Amino acid sequence: MAYLELNNVYKSYGTGENVTNVLSNINLNIEEGEFVAIVGFTGSGKTTLVNLINGLLKPTSGEVLFKGLPVVDTSHERGVIFQNYSLLPWLTVGQNVYMAVKEAFPKESKAVLKKRVADYVEMVSLSPAINKRPKELSGGMRQRVAVARALAMNPEMIIMDEPLGALDALTRGNLQDEILNIWSKDKRTALLITNDVDEGIYMADRIIPLKPGPNATLGPEFKIDIERPRDKTAMNDNPSFKKTRNAIIEYLMDIGDQRKSVSEVEYVLPEIAPKSFVA
Amino acid sequence: MEQDITLKKEGQGLAFLKPLVTKLTPKFQKGDILSSLKKAGITIVSILLFLGLWQLGSKALYNKEADYKIEKALTERGQEAADAERACIESGDSSCQPNTLPSPAQVWGSLQSLIADHKVITADKAAFVEKMAKTNAKLTAQGKNAIVYTGRASFVDIVLTSIKTVFAGFLLALLIAVPIGIIIGLSPSLRSAFNWFIQIFKPVSPVVWYLLVFMIVKTLYIGDSSDNAFVISFISVGLCAMWATLVNTAMGVASVDKDYINVAKVLKLGTFQKVFKVILPSSLPLIFTGLRITLSVAWMVLIAIELLAQSQGLGLFVWEEFQNGANDSNAKIIVAMFVIGIIGFLLDRIMLSVQNLVSFNKNEMA
Repeated sequence: MAYLELNNVYKSYGTGENVTNVLSNINLNIEEGEFVAIVGFTGSGKTTLVNLINGLLKPTSGEVLFKGLPVVDTSHERGVIFQNYSLLPWLTVGQNVYMAVKEAFPKESKAVLKKRVADYVEMVSLSPAINKRPKELSGGMRQRVAVARALAMNPEMIIMDEPLGALDALTRGNLQDEILNIWSKDKRTALLITNDVDEGIYMADRIIPLKPGPNATLGPEFKIDIERPRDKTAMNDNPSFKKTRNAIIEYLMDIGDQRKSVSEVEYVLPEIAPKSFVA
Repeated sequence: MEQDITLKKEGQGLAFLKPLVTKLTPKFQKGDILSSLKKAGITIVSILLFLGLWQLGSKALYNKEADYKIEKALTERGQEAADAERACIESGDSSCQPNTLPSPAQVWGSLQSLIADHKVITADKAAFVEKMAKTNAKLTAQGKNAIVYTGRASFVDIVLTSIKTVFAGFLLALLIAVPIGIIIGLSPSLRSAFNWFIQIFKPVSPVVWYLLVFMIVKTLYIGDSSDNAFVISFISVGLCAMWATLVNTAMGVASVDKDYINVAKVLKLGTFQKVFKVILPSSLPLIFTGLRITLSVAWMVLIAIELLAQSQGLGLFVWEEFQNGANDSNAKIIVAMFVIGIIGFLLDRIMLSVQNLVSFNKNEMA
């Protein structure tokens, strides 16, 4: 039995004639300690998939099993890092993390919790900014706070919904390394949703493309068997990397083309000319 | 790890004054002086222009009424009476002055006479207290009520009564509207249950609110000789003004950013934590916008309600001066008008700065 299991999951919004099928027939197995990346176009239903797994949404049909039990609600066992950070702007960095820690460990004393907050803020190297508000931080720093907040609750699984999507390339690279570092320390199970194939190959054990919605479903998986720790520069010359990367991109381009040809409606433009047009 | 974590909200103690202090501390730069001089110049010019137009307008009205008076004397009582009337008006005798829009100078004079009057009354009051000190000491020793000054209220007392009434009303509105707003904002079914109630009572006029409150308070005060005008007026003001806060609070609570709700769900916050740590802070800007509207509405309806309730405030002052019809009544009314306007402006400014203190910038949020 897999650690996280999605069996024939369908998700649609709306009812009757206005129904939109976002996800169709999603089947996914993630083993304990595995790092899986799901790659897809924007608007393909990635966030819906994440919300089904973390418990914010319920599937229309099919089942989501976590450690063999159906997911009915959010849980501290699954930490979520949101796409848009979702820090509370009226709380400082420390307070944002503390709020999560206090809920996750309600029995601990205040001093222990504070220590935990300080440790995790230190881990994402934001100690000097612990008393700052999110608006005083850069995008990368905010995302690091979100990472600290998710990890400080000591989840068994980390779910990341395009966590680095809004960052510049340099910050993105640094944060990828930081997340990998943290993950490799105690090998939590991790699920990364991304639109960046290179990011997926660099970080994950397996990459699964999500075909674009409506009726989005998962494509065939690609195993990444590059030794860890991976080196970004060396990887570029690795033949296995090149092969996998080309295969994934080709696959994505193909389904992208399919989508285009399906949705291409020819619009006939009316023949109109200005009334009093003097050339 | 030397860093200490501040878990309490920043801004305890006097820290909330910080923005105020930075605002008040002048930061002079070369360009600043010039541009602020220019701004001040424009303001002064516009004030002078306003006073000039006012002067011209009041002069024209004065002449029109004077001409009419002389004309009337001529047709009713003949040439002699008309000449006498003209002489009387020109002499500045108060008995025959046209009673119309007062000029700026007259209003200024009235303001000064009101202040002088205030000084006289204050002195009177002090003398009275001194005179009655012994008697009152005896009375209180016997367990009887002390004799208090019941003379005419001065203009300053009147203004203070109005401010007191508006704050009492505002407080009442706050205590009723914010909790109810939060509750109906949280529950969609309660929201629809309350909706008709709000929609029907929101547009009701201050006068009708006053009558309703009067009916109830009058009965509650039966057999009690004490003055209930203040109670009636502040309750009416509160009921009139609370709707903006009620609607805004409910809206703010109901429309909290979905991201924050998701965070609250993922962190599994309890209901109490969710309301006080996520929903309320995020709806504070809207709540304060509502409170600001409430305060300005309260100040606006106050005048009408004081008039009806016979509460010793600006509303009654204006009405009594109008009924009085004395020579400087019109000027006093205009003085009251300016005082009302300036106080209303100051109240709004105070609320605005409080609002800015508690708000976070939506565009900068993470």
